[in-house]
Amino acid sequence: MNYHKISLTVNGSQEDVIVPSNMTLMRMLRETLALTGTKNGCSAGECGACTVLMNGEPINSCMVLAVECDGATLLTVEGLAQDGHLAPIQAALIEAGGVQCGFCTPGVLISAVALLRRNPDPDEAEIREALVGNLCRCTGYERIIESVKVAAKKQAALAFTTA
Amino acid sequence: MAKGNSEHTHPIGESTKRVDAPDKVTGAALYADDIQFGNALLHARVKRSPHPHALIKRINIEKARALPGVKAVVTGEDFPGHIGLYLQDRYIFCRDRVRYVGDPVAGVAATRVEIAEAALDLIEVEYEVLPPVLDPEFGASPTAPIIHPELGQYVVANFIMPVAGTNISNHFKIRKGNMTEAWGQCAAIIERKYRIPHIQHVPLEPHVAIAKVDASGEVTLWDSSQSPFAQRDLIAQTLGINQSSMRVVAPVVGGGFGGKAGVSMESLAVAIATKVRGHPVKLLLTREEEFYTAFVRQGLISYFKIGCDASGKILAMENTFYWDGGAYTEYGVNITRAAGYSCTGPYEVPNVKTDSYCVYTNHPVGGPMRGFGMPEMHAGLEQCIDDLAYQIRMDPVELRRRNCLTEHSILATGGKMHPTGLAECLEKAAQAIGWGKVAPPSSPNKRRGKGLALMWKAPAMPPNAGSSAWIELSEDGMITLGIGCQDIGQGAFTVAAQMAAAAFGVPFESVRLATPVDTRYSPYEWQTVASRITWSTGNAIINAANDARTQVLELVANAWEENIDDLDIIDGSVVSFKTEKEISLKKLVVYGLPKPDGSGWLGGPIIGRGSFMPTYVTGLDPETGQGEQAVVHFTTGAQAIELEVDLDSGKIEILKGVAAFDVGKAINPEMVKAQMEGGLVQGISSALFEQLQLKGGVVQNASFVDYRIATTADAPLKMQSIIVEVPQADGPWGARGIGEHSMVPTVPAIANAIYDAIGIRFDGPPFTAEKVYLAMLDAGIVKE
Ligand code: FES
Ligand code: FES
Repeated sequence: MNYHKISLTVNGSQEDVIVPSNMTLMRMLRETLALTGTKNGCSAGECGACTVLMNGEPINSCMVLAVECDGATLLTVEGLAQDGHLAPIQAALIEAGGVQCGFCTPGVLISAVALLRRNPDPDEAEIREALVGNLCRCTGYERIIESVKVAAKKQAALAFTTA
Repeated sequence: MAKGNSEHTHPIGESTKRVDAPDKVTGAALYADDIQFGNALLHARVKRSPHPHALIKRINIEKARALPGVKAVVTGEDFPGHIGLYLQDRYIFCRDRVRYVGDPVAGVAATRVEIAEAALDLIEVEYEVLPPVLDPEFGASPTAPIIHPELGQYVVANFIMPVAGTNISNHFKIRKGNMTEAWGQCAAIIERKYRIPHIQHVPLEPHVAIAKVDASGEVTLWDSSQSPFAQRDLIAQTLGINQSSMRVVAPVVGGGFGGKAGVSMESLAVAIATKVRGHPVKLLLTREEEFYTAFVRQGLISYFKIGCDASGKILAMENTFYWDGGAYTEYGVNITRAAGYSCTGPYEVPNVKTDSYCVYTNHPVGGPMRGFGMPEMHAGLEQCIDDLAYQIRMDPVELRRRNCLTEHSILATGGKMHPTGLAECLEKAAQAIGWGKVAPPSSPNKRRGKGLALMWKAPAMPPNAGSSAWIELSEDGMITLGIGCQDIGQGAFTVAAQMAAAAFGVPFESVRLATPVDTRYSPYEWQTVASRITWSTGNAIINAANDARTQVLELVANAWEENIDDLDIIDGSVVSFKTEKEISLKKLVVYGLPKPDGSGWLGGPIIGRGSFMPTYVTGLDPETGQGEQAVVHFTTGAQAIELEVDLDSGKIEILKGVAAFDVGKAINPEMVKAQMEGGLVQGISSALFEQLQLKGGVVQNASFVDYRIATTADAPLKMQSIIVEVPQADGPWGARGIGEHSMVPTVPAIANAIYDAIGIRFDGPPFTAEKVYLAMLDAGIVKE
């Protein structure tokens, strides 16, 4: 097995790690960096539980090798709250009841963040489309979709107050 | 029951936010796979049978054992005991015979997963292949090969009736009234056969278990679990360990739906760990393994014959159920019993003959899944009710109105129905879907239809399933609530905190939960299944709160020289209605109070305890299924669906789903609605997409690509949840369970809506686009 030294930025902090060639990003996050918020639901790119932002784009971290992340910037669920304050989408998910078992939640949050960055005011069809790769077995999705709408409103309000 | 406190401290009926949500949205929540065990951790993998049915002739593990990095290799020879919840029909690792594709034959623990996997390839197993049984109806016949020749010797619960020398591991019967006479009085009789496929639970979190045996033989198991206490008991019994020497720690669970109840893969991890003392051993199922080795929902072949008189009064019902129990039915036998005593659905039927057979097959192991037999059984039944109505030219809602259970209705088992809001659920669901109003389809190549179905379900559990709780007070006036139930996503912890706050008399925010559940420190709970937690644990919580309250009030009454009846705990303070004195719970619950004459101190640390067990449940006659009180109670409800069928593709789009259930009392209305929505979509998913495709006993679609579940694109555009509240006499604040019920009537509601749209009935779900399109071709509705 070959090992590689890579440098990357995870949730704003610079990390140097040594990873074997066959290690996925998901495993690196969970096992090497102990960021276990990113979940393993299938290891096959099919459930969305392991979604993280890589250079601003949502990806399934189980389908990317850690070595490919040399120089990349990553955002995981652990990086969403700032100074102890929940991000609007996190607060919205609690408020609208979009969390049940919570296993899909980190991936849902990251996909929602990617959507809201791309489109701060998505309509329902766009929300459904953006989250179609995030399987949830508990909620029936309605409250998750509602959460994204609530977060969009909150974000708009935030932008308004800071403008 | 709980003492009436002021509104302010009584958070019952309030939609408080989930206590576990902040941890879950920040990634801080620890699921079993997230716990770090350091370098001593070993990884386990399991060698599984490639055959559905075969004798094991020889196993050679020497090469695997010699592989560097391998720390242990175990086989069935190492563990002779049987395991099973209601029927002990399973070895931990197979000993003489394999009974399904995936049956564990050997286990390996190694320093790395890759090494454990390589070791599996080095294990040689020689089989003598036997003919498999792949159909439950055939399996129940005298010509079928016998899968468990030892059935007659297995240890079994006294309400389960195996038939030795056959593949029938439980035969539940109802014999009531006079069938011959009843059929003669019928104006309409319909007969139908339905098939329900195997499906999987698909929690997003796969099964995981980490077991460690320390030098003195004490065992710890960390796992994703709905049943820490049942696991402690069953695994300890089988491995010859004292129950108290076995500790199960159950962190946050990423969904269960019944699949993480009882014991399935957990015993494998513990068994392997006994051979590598001191090392934690982790077994994490791959998603593929999850599909074919975790409990599946049993398949069902059901026959219904139902008759009514000209006024629509149902007079007779004859049902035969062949449950595809799979290779082991240790848990599944009780599903077939539950379907047996619930066989009439929520209707009063004076004449009933039912045979519900649990049949061994060489399919994956059938086990509990959300609804516990009810979605499978209602799927056919509720379509028959529609057909019966059409046959006597009556509106299906009207026929249901005339027959649905009300208080005092006589049940198939002979007992009486308790007060129920079923009729109200029916009316409200029908109204919400716009029953009787025809809306045009959204485009000319679509057909629109509406359908409705009723349901009932009792908590299916042994009569002595107990709950317990404790309440401890701290210096700051907070109370810590100990419970042994699990939050699998349904919100049990939040509701438990609400009930403790209300019963004791403190604000919701003053309650802290002693979690994660740990059998060494948490109070006993049978299992988090059967939608019984709010009701059963809730009663234990009330008892614990009352115990602690009494201690506090006695203490204050003594110190104040007042009568205890004049005191109450309100909003975290003890108050006297007589003297209007008030004292905060802070400090006093730990340090007590000075005696009135100053000569010393009263009180001391306070711990309240409470337990609950429904001792009033009675048995049923094994020949007739008759008895006084078969179950504790039934939750009832209705769902209605409006959908469109696309004539070009056969695709079904759910436009609107309505759910109305009588929950007795909604402790947390928004969470009740969240359960209704989640169950509805899971039901829709099972109606439109889900089926474990089995060919010769081999699962063909063990991935999310080939086994599709509902996504955001499939959830209905509109959902409406309606709460009906007819209190349960023995429920906390009148509450009953709702977790499973919300997926019970979905399949037949959809089937009835499809029939309304295109006039076609299918012999079973899933109603995939392909199946619907081909049926429309056959019926001449569309042309090629
Ligand atoms: S774990 Fe990566 S998509 Fe499922
Ligand atoms: S909340 Fe359980 S999978 Fe989404």
